[in-house]
Amino acid sequence: MIRFEHVNKRYPARGEALKDLSFELAAGEMAFLTGHSGAGKSTLLKLIGLLERPSRGQIIVDGRSLADLPRRRIPYHRRRIGMIFQDHQLLRDRSVYDNVALPLAVTGMPSREIGRRVRAALDQVGLLAFERAQPVSLSGGEQQRVGIARAIVGRPPIILADEPTGNLDPELASEIYDLFERFHEVGVTLMIATHDQERISRMAYRILRLHQGRLIADSRNW
Amino acid sequence: MGTRQAGSSGRHPRRLATWAEQHREIAVDSLRQMLQQPLGALMTVAAVAIALALPTALVVALDNVKRLGGDWQRSAAISVFLEADLDETEGAQLSQRLRQLPEVERIELISRTAGLAEFRQYSGLGAALDQLSQNPLPVVLELHLKPAILEPVRLTPFIDQLETMPEVDFLREDAQWAQRFQAMLALLHTGVALLGLLLGLGALLVIGNSIRLEIENRRDEIRIMGLVGATARFARRRFLYTGAWYGLFGGMVAGLIVTLMVWLLSAQVSAVAILYDHDFHIQGLDFAATSLLLIGSTLLGIIGSRIAVGRHLDLCDER
Ligand SMILES: Nc1ncnc2c1ncn2[C@@H]1O[C@H](COP(=O)(O)OP(=O)(O)OP(=O)(O)O)[C@@H](O)[C@H]1O
Ligand SMILES: [Mg+2]
Repeated sequence: MIRFEHVNKRYPARGEALKDLSFELAAGEMAFLTGHSGAGKSTLLKLIGLLERPSRGQIIVDGRSLADLPRRRIPYHRRRIGMIFQDHQLLRDRSVYDNVALPLAVTGMPSREIGRRVRAALDQVGLLAFERAQPVSLSGGEQQRVGIARAIVGRPPIILADEPTGNLDPELASEIYDLFERFHEVGVTLMIATHDQERISRMAYRILRLHQGRLIADSRNW
Repeated sequence: MGTRQAGSSGRHPRRLATWAEQHREIAVDSLRQMLQQPLGALMTVAAVAIALALPTALVVALDNVKRLGGDWQRSAAISVFLEADLDETEGAQLSQRLRQLPEVERIELISRTAGLAEFRQYSGLGAALDQLSQNPLPVVLELHLKPAILEPVRLTPFIDQLETMPEVDFLREDAQWAQRFQAMLALLHTGVALLGLLLGLGALLVIGNSIRLEIENRRDEIRIMGLVGATARFARRRFLYTGAWYGLFGGMVAGLIVTLMVWLLSAQVSAVAILYDHDFHIQGLDFAATSLLLIGSTLLGIIGSRIAVGRHLDLCDER
C-alpha cells in the first residue's frame, strides 16, 4: 500500500531529515513509527501526504508513484489519506462541526448529507457535545480529538497519525487506540507516529524505529 | 479500497440539484463572511459604486439628449424647390419617383397656394401679397429622410443627386444641423465608452485588491483546505462568489445613485423644457439598462476576483 524506495529528504536549511529510507507497508497493515524528537517521523508522514516532496528516491502509494502524480490529482490523493497532524491544523474561526465537516465539504457533498457523518465521527472521539464550540475554547486534548474526527470522517483507506495522543490522558489515549484498532479491523492501513514506548510495546503491531533520519529497526511484537 | 464508500452514482437530475445546492451554500456562506466585516465590504462596494455611477450617469444623459434630438430630427427635412414652370401634378409625379428612393421616409407636397398661405401668415405681408396677379411661389417637396442616412457620407451624395435633377431649382437643407448633431453624439458615445472602460477597470482593480486582502487573511484556512483535499477550483469558488457580490452590490448602489440624480434633476428639466415650449421628461434607467448594469458589474467582480485568486491562492500543493 505504501512503499518507500531509498528515499532521502533534505531541508535546505537543516540538512538531511531522512536518509536512504526503504520499507513497505501492506494494505490493511497497522504500524507504529517511533524515534527520538527530530528523528524524521513527521517528515516521513508528510511525504506520504505530499505535503513535502522527497529529494531522492521513490514513494509508491496504492501502486502509484507519487512523483508521477500530476498536480491536479494531489487533492484526490489527499482525500484517500486521513491525516492527524502533530499541531492539529484546525480552522480557528470555525466551529468544531465545520472543522470536522471540511474534508467532506471540499468534495462537494451537500451539507445535509454531511451532518450525520460529522456527528458519527465526533461521537467516536467523545466530542459530540462540542459541536458548536470554537477550537480555541478547547483544551489541547480536545483539539487533538477534533483533528482525529476530521481525519476519520471521510472514511479514508489510509490513516496517518502524528502523535495523535500526545495531549491525552492514558484513559482517553486508550480509547483512541481502540478506535484505531477498529479501523484496522475493517481494513484501513494505519501508520501512527508516537513517543509512547510503553504503549507500543504492549500492542502487537509492527514498529518502525527511526534514528537521525535512518530506519534502524523494523520489528514486530506479538 | 474496500472501506471507501463509493459515491453512489446519482442520476443526472440529482447531481445537478446537488451541484446547485453546493453553489447556493457557498454563495450564502461567502455573503455571510462579507457581512462579518461590514466596514471593509462597505468601502469596497462604495468604491465600485462610484466608479460605475459616473459612466452610467453619462450614458443616461446621452440617451436623454438623443431622445431630445430625436424629437427635432422628425422635423429635419430637405425642402426641394421645383422649377417655377412645374405645376402640382408634375410635382406629384416627381414626388412619386422620389418616394422610391431608399433614403426617403416620406414626402409632403406643398402646393403653391398652400405655400402662399403659409408665407402670408408668417411674413405679415398679407395685403401686399394680394396685389400680386399670380402666385410667384414654386411647388415645394418636403423630403423627410430616414435617420440612418443622416451621416455625412450618405447624405452628401444624396443631396448632389437631387440637385442635378432637371425639375429641381434649388434645395434648402434643414438636415445639416441634424447631421452635425449625429456626429457629435457619436463622438460623445465613444468618449463615454472609453471613460466607462477606464472606470470599469478601476472597479475591477478595487475588487481584485479586496479579494487579495481576503486571501491574505484566510491564508491558513486555504492551506488547511488544501491539506484535507480541496481542489484549487473548490477553494477558488468562494472568492469568485465574494467578487460577484461586490460587483452586484456595487452595481446596485451605482444604479441607485443614478436614479436619485435623475429624480433630483427631473423637475428642473421639465421646467426648462416648458420654457422652450417643449414637452420633455428626463428618463432614468429602464429595465434593460438596469439589468445590463447589474450583469456587467457582477461579471466585473468575478473577473477581478479571478485575477486575484489566480495570482495569490496557494493550496499547499508543492514546494
Ligand atoms: N520545514 C522544515 N524546514 C527545515 N527543517 C525541518 C523542517 N521540518 C523538519 N525539519 C527538520 O527535520 C528533522 C526531522 O523533523 P521531524 O519533524 O520529521 O521530526 P519528528 O521525528 O517528527 O520529531 P518530533 O518527535 O519532535 O515531532 C528535524 O531536524 C527538523 O529540524
Ligand atoms: Mg513530529
